[in-house]
Amino acid sequence: MRFACPFRAAAPALALLLVVGPAWAGTGPNPGDTAWLLASSALVLLMVPGLALFYGGMVRAKNILSTLMLSFIAMGVIAVQWVVAGYSLSFGGSPGPWIGGLDRLFLSGLTPETLSGTVPTLAFAVFQGMFAIITPALISGALVERVKFGAYTLFIVLWAFLVYDPLAHWVWGEGGWLLRMGALDFAGGTVVHVSSGVSALAAILVLGKRRGYPTERFIPHNLTMTLLGAGLLWFGWFGFNAGSALAANGTAVLAFVSTNTAAAAGMLGWLAAEKVRFGRPSALGAASGLVAGLVAITPGAGFITPGWAIVVGGLAGLICFRAVCLKERLGYDDALDVFGVHGVGGAWGALATGIFATVGAGSLITGDLRQFGVQVVGVVAAAVYAFVVTWVLCRVLDATIGLRVSPEDELVGLDQTAHGEVGYSL
Amino acid sequence: MKKIEAIIKPFRLDDVKDALKEAGIQGMTAIEVKGFGRQKGHTEHYRGAEYTVDFIPKVKIEVVVPDELAPAAVEAIERSARTGKIGDGKIFVLAVEEAVRIRTGERGEEAL
Repeated sequence: MRFACPFRAAAPALALLLVVGPAWAGTGPNPGDTAWLLASSALVLLMVPGLALFYGGMVRAKNILSTLMLSFIAMGVIAVQWVVAGYSLSFGGSPGPWIGGLDRLFLSGLTPETLSGTVPTLAFAVFQGMFAIITPALISGALVERVKFGAYTLFIVLWAFLVYDPLAHWVWGEGGWLLRMGALDFAGGTVVHVSSGVSALAAILVLGKRRGYPTERFIPHNLTMTLLGAGLLWFGWFGFNAGSALAANGTAVLAFVSTNTAAAAGMLGWLAAEKVRFGRPSALGAASGLVAGLVAITPGAGFITPGWAIVVGGLAGLICFRAVCLKERLGYDDALDVFGVHGVGGAWGALATGIFATVGAGSLITGDLRQFGVQVVGVVAAAVYAFVVTWVLCRVLDATIGLRVSPEDELVGLDQTAHGEVGYSL
Repeated sequence: MKKIEAIIKPFRLDDVKDALKEAGIQGMTAIEVKGFGRQKGHTEHYRGAEYTVDFIPKVKIEVVVPDELAPAAVEAIERSARTGKIGDGKIFVLAVEEAVRIRTGERGEEAL
């Protein structure tokens, strides 16, 4: 829920806030809201190294640094891209329904005194910037162990311009067409997860499978690292979801509690599915399931009660487990299951928001058929747009600079060949 | 002199070490190894993908002893490494031609 949201859903909550009276009645920014938004921004940034570790543990030892770098480089280039143009294209003025204006290039005009709602606009901008950073980093999980570092870096910068910034504008920017339609995306189910998951699928269709997949063994080299990363993701996700209230208020608290509940239920759902299918619940399953639960609750965190969050998260664990198993049969190499967890989990979450939202928004269980329809439109539009643009972008990059490392480099490992280092030495 | 190589279950290592000490052996080398025999491997699951793991972890110990100590050492390993289940391992005994203690230059059984 963004400060500029004109949609009807937010109106009752805002009215209530005015009647009861906020604790802050001054003219400047609200200190509590601002403090929470800055803390949340730091939490979301911490998710990026968390994601790096989560992914890093799942690859082979010869590609550990390369995998970590695919996430870390997003902190480098996207943080700059966001200040230069990304923020303006997403949230700039003179808005159209498809893209924002150019009035905020280099965040121009945003002084410490400029307010958005109760917080300085700069705080909102940096918070949103963290979302822009982690989204392309999510895609990297599908490309690991074979993508060229330079080509990938260029890819995520262009992807930010062509896919992320427009989508963020559609859903959250003033005048964005999905926002006008009333699509609910509290913290990025479609903008972050559907877009990254579907783009990962499009990218690997161009990039191809890892050498030897699936006959060779691709066993995770360090699952302790993956579990540590999953823990950091859960922790950081409180900033991602509860921070998206853009205020230290009741909505933030609801989002916090629903997020925690869905993560827990997601873990249980995945473990239960594994126990039934293979007889043993696994550590990687626990990590994957909790992430699936977090992904699914993201679009509805501020609209869904903790009770329904159990259903949303638990089903996310089951659905994403099935989706990941399906990969084997379909024969594509989504190395670390970005589509299976983020694409499928994000789509489920966006639809689940249209099924279970009861706080400040309607849904199927409150008899609001239209809202569910709008959610479907949001998912389909984001998925189709992200898929098509990413596929074309990858084809162009592959035909010009080449997306993939040489077969020899792939055998030796990208730590040595791309970075001139090794992750582990005795 | 005889060299005794034994491949055992990793969790039996401490017991084997103690048994060899009791038999009068003063030094040994232990190496973490992977291999397979009749025990075969096992399956692992990672996010739905099933892998058959053929090589399973074992510990290989190496001791070089004077000829007369060899039977007692073999017996000590046999007794302490046995669980009665498949995969307990194997013991090999080889002849050794020479031994040198690097610090002093001693040769033969003196060097053991």
